[in-house]
This record gives sequence, C-alpha cells and structure tokens, in this order.
Amino acid sequence: MSSTSGVLVVGETQNGRLAPVTAELLGLARSLARGLQEQVAVVLGAEKLSPEAAADAIAYGAETVYTVEHALMEQSPVEAMLAVVERVVREKTPTVVLVGKTLAGSDLGPGLAFRLGVGLAQDCIEVTLDSKEKGLVAVRPVYGGVAMARVALKRMPYVATVRPKAFDPPQRDTSRKGEVVALNPSLDASVARVRVLERASEESAGVRLEDARVVVGGGRGLGGPEPFQMLEELAKLLGGAVGASRAVCDAGWVPYHYQIGLTGKTIAPDLYITVAISGASQHMAGCSGARNIVAINKDRDSNIFKEARFGVVADWKKALPAFAETVKELVKSG
Amino acid sequence: MPLHIIVCVKQVLDPETPASALRIDPQLRRMVAPANVPPVVNGFDENAVEAALRIKDARPGDVKITVLSCGKSFAMEVIKKPLSMGCDELVLLQDNAFDNLDAFATAHVLAAAIKKLGAFDIVLCGRQASDWDQAQVPQGLAQLLGLPGVTIAKKVEVTDKKVRVERVVPGGREVVEASLPALITVTNELGQPRYPNLRGIMAATRKQPVVWKAGDLGLDPALLQPAVELQELFIPVQEKNVEIIEGEDDADKGRKLALKLREAKLI
Ligand SMILES: Cc1cc2nc3c(=O)[nH]c(=O)nc-3n(C[C@H](O)[C@H](O)[C@H](O)COP(=O)(O)OP(=O)(O)OC[C@H]3O[C@@H](n4cnc5c(N)ncnc54)[C@H](O)[C@@H]3O)c2cc1C
Repeated sequence: MSSTSGVLVVGETQNGRLAPVTAELLGLARSLARGLQEQVAVVLGAEKLSPEAAADAIAYGAETVYTVEHALMEQSPVEAMLAVVERVVREKTPTVVLVGKTLAGSDLGPGLAFRLGVGLAQDCIEVTLDSKEKGLVAVRPVYGGVAMARVALKRMPYVATVRPKAFDPPQRDTSRKGEVVALNPSLDASVARVRVLERASEESAGVRLEDARVVVGGGRGLGGPEPFQMLEELAKLLGGAVGASRAVCDAGWVPYHYQIGLTGKTIAPDLYITVAISGASQHMAGCSGARNIVAINKDRDSNIFKEARFGVVADWKKALPAFAETVKELVKSG
Repeated sequence: MPLHIIVCVKQVLDPETPASALRIDPQLRRMVAPANVPPVVNGFDENAVEAALRIKDARPGDVKITVLSCGKSFAMEVIKKPLSMGCDELVLLQDNAFDNLDAFATAHVLAAAIKKLGAFDIVLCGRQASDWDQAQVPQGLAQLLGLPGVTIAKKVEVTDKKVRVERVVPGGREVVEASLPALITVTNELGQPRYPNLRGIMAATRKQPVVWKAGDLGLDPALLQPAVELQELFIPVQEKNVEIIEGEDDADKGRKLALKLREAKLI
C-alpha cells in the first residue's frame, strides 16, 4: 500500500464538455494533491469523447487524463465505467479516488468501494487529508441535513463521493500542460448486465433549474397547482426557473423534475424566492448553495426563516401578487 | 416456484420529527427523538415494499415476498408494517452486535442472510435510509451477491426472467432492463405505499418473525468492523439572521419585499 500515489478523479462529461461537477472535483483534487505532493489524474469514459473534454480537464488541473471510448459506455454507463475505474485504480494505485455524487456517481462510488473492500465517504461537503497515514477526513450531511457527521477513512485508497456545488470550480487555465492517455480496456459484454433501452427528456423549456441564477420555489402551502402559473411568470420576469418542494411533487401539482432537495435537484442561485415552503432540512439540503434566500410564509416559526436573508410573514395570496406586480414595475423601469 | 422477492427495510427515527426536538447522543453518535415519537419504517423502504406488492398483484398466487431487516432491537408494531401491507414473511437479523453498523457491515450482514434464505429473484431496497442518507448498502449488496443493480426506480415490471425498470434521472426518465436475479432500489416517485387494511393487520398480528442472530449467519466478525470511522456527529450552527420586512398589510409587505430586493441589487 505504501506505493500509492496521486488523486484520481472519476470524471463525467456533459454535451461533449467536462461536466461542472468534475471541474469542482479537480479543484478539490488539486488541493489534496498539493498537500501530498502528488499528482492529479482524471478518467473519462464515453462512447465517443470530444478532445475538448480532455482539454477542459487539463485546464482545470489534471496532469493526466485517461480516456476510454467504448460502446458499452452508452449502453451500460455505470457498469462499464465501474469496470474501467476499478482497473485503473488497481493499476495506478491512487491514494485518493474522488467521485461526484451524481446519478452515475452514486452508483459507481459504493460499487467501487465494495469491490476494493474499503470504506466510502458518501456525499461529502468537506474533504481534508492531513497526512497520508492519518487518513481522509470528510464532513457529510446526515439525517436529511439536520446534522453533520465527521467521518474518517483509514484504508487506502480513500474513496469519497462529493456533493455537486459543494466546492467552487478552480480557475480555468488553458496554458496548463497535461498528458492524455487513451486506454483500450477489453470490456467484455458480460460486464453490462443492466442495459439502457430508452432515454427521454422531460425538462421544462427555458432556464435549467440547476443553472438558474434566480429560482422561485413553491411549497405545499400554495394549496394546488394553479398558483404555479404566477410563480412561472415571476421566474420568467427575472430570467429564472421554477422549483418546488417534494410535498408539491408528491401531490402531483408539478412534475418531479421541479423538486429541489436532498432527493431532488441541487441549486445554487444568487436568489431563491420561496413561497409557502416550510424549509424542512431535506429541502434545504438542495439549496444550501443559494446565496440569498427569501421567504414568503405565514408562519413566523417555519424553519425557512432560519435560513432566509429576507422574509415576510404573510399569506401568499395577498403578498405574492403585490410582490410580483412591484417586481414587474421595477424590472420594466430598468 | 413462485417469484421470490426479498425487500430490505430499516427501522429509522421518524424524519418528520421537528429538528428542534432531536438531540445528539454523543456517546452513541446518533440522533435521538423524544421518547414519545415512535420510529418508522424508512419511507423509501415502504416504496420498495409497495413495488414488491404491485408485482405480487400482477401475478396472483405466484409471488412470495420476504422482508428482511437488520438491527439491535425493533419496535414490533413498526417493523411488522410490511406484513400488514401484504408481505408474506419477516426475517429479523437481530443481535447486539448489529447496533449502529456502518454501511459496509450492514451490507455484509444482509448479504449473508440473503444467501441463507436460498433462491430468490429480486432484491428490493429503498433508494436510501433517511437517517444516514448513505445510499450505499444496496449497491454494496449487489456487489457482494454478484447481482446487477438498478437504482432509483419509479416503476418495476417483471417479464419472463427479466426486469424492466423505469428510473428517475435528472432531466427525464430512463428505461433499463436487467436479467434476474437483480437488485433494485425504489424511490418515492413510484407512488404512495398502500395503507394496511384490516385483514392485513390481522394477518400480521398472527405472523411471527423469524429471528436470526450473528451466529446463525456464520459471519466473520471482522466484517462487522466499520470501514468508515464516525468521529463526530454535530448540528451546524445557524448564523443567518433573517430581516423580516414589515408593512401595513400582507400586500404592502409583498411590495416592500420587492423594493428591498431591488435595494439589495438582487433583482
Ligand atoms: C428521506 C427524505 C427525503 C426528502 N427529500 C426531499 C427533497 O428532496 N425535497 C423536499 O422539498 N422535501 C424532501 N423531503 C420532504 C421534507 O421532509 C418535507 O416534508 C417537505 O419539504 C415539505 O414541503 P413543504 O415545505 O412544501 O410543505 P410543508 O412542510 O407542509 O410547508 C408548507 C408551508 O407553507 C406555509 N403556508 C401554508 N399556507 C400558507 C399561506 N396561505 N401563505 C403563506 N404560507 C403558507 C406553512 O406555514 C408551511 O411553512 C424528504 C423527506 C424525507 C424523509
């Protein structure tokens, strides 16, 4: 085990470019690698990889980019990537492996840890490494975000999945140099036991909720689907997107892709306007990166007021139309 | 042979307990609820139970559902809920050695029990437990049992030695197929778990769970050691100080809020 070296990032791509979460992981990887005086590598896999994705990875701090192009990456993405990553880890023996806590990463992280027989720090928002021997120490939200757990991994490789948007992406520097190494693993069809038959997009038109700078969120207190029309108009006015609590999605007032929270989307807007949302910890887990939270809620004791910067204690039926009208005037007046 | 479905469920602290009523037990490093708040079956595990029951509904007389749970102690009226919903058998893996296990150890205990149960076709789990929010045990189980693993299912259909699963993925949905046996985790998008009816409740009262201890599973004690060391559990300090915008009436408060946001250059 003494020969372990380096931080390996399990990368992801999005529309041919490096996914934002991978840039965030590279920033974290660099700071860990600096302490260890070791190097950063990333592994990227897809049916077809664009040269831009590897170039992105280098610009964000990877010294080595392992690339794997294989048809199975499309058909059985998690299993194919897991097989590749396991092989890379066994061959290159990194000290640390970082995985994004994304849909694919949530499967890959535990899969990898169990295959290697080591522990996994799951869904971390802080990761530190004082020295190689002392182990990796991470902080992760638990109990729906009510509490935090500080956990330590003592057996290398230290595998951690990291919550998207928990770390800022590093400066992109296109003058950085790195090596791209194409791997050609013989991926046997037998690794692919889960096959994707169909993919369908159910995204709403307009600004993506995860990327929006302004989000207007509606909760159970809205009482039904109709008020969401007003929320949509407000969001449109502010160039933002509409989200919702799980209670609203469970009730079927809006589709599930509106859900913000622990088991929904993670947002990090400049402004998050919540209307009749109580601010349960599981909801707040998806918007801890929001820089300014505003609450319109009739109950002063709602938890949302503990998280908000500005709030009104009012019935939304009266406050929201007046708010929206004033916003409209302000936006129009420039 | 009927289709054999194993559902893994966990008894957890009720996540609807207001955060202000929870406290941390620093010795045991876990959250405790007030004594009058009973535990519940983890919500996503109830969704997994519902998924199993829907498969059973679609193949009357041809499905057996075994519920499996691992822990130190159980509230019997809570952990029997899957039976009252319509599951056939309950196996409790109950031992003092199973207190506060980490995901690594839990997966090993469950895997040993599943092997002991014999032939099965599907293992269903909730997508994650609402206490530690790990979402680690199911994938661990899949690895330990050598099964294909499909996560975050909103629909599960069994067709002739295969399973077809609709998953919730960011920005849409995905349909995947795996051969049986397979492990699947279920999410709340599957739909409300059914309420136990009177007949179910009566049947559950009569059923006695099978109890297996660590010794019954022939487990290597080394596997019960945590792979992740829990050093500290803490409640983060709230430092935000909300500014409440006042007004003559609710509409006025709304107007003033908009003006305030403009002043703060947020809109
Ligand atoms: C494991 C797990 C995962 C979860 N994941 C998520 C998740 O990802 N996202 C999520 O959102 N939730 C999640 N939840 C659910 C979460 O615990 C809450 O139940 C949910 O967020 C509550 O939604 P809400 O705030 O809309 O509803 P409520 O808690 O019912 O709050 C409604 C609010 O509306 C206010 N209100 C009512 N009427 C009016 C009015 N006329 N004017 C103004 N205000 C009014 C009330 O004061 C109240 O504060 C999860 C729960 C569990 C157990």
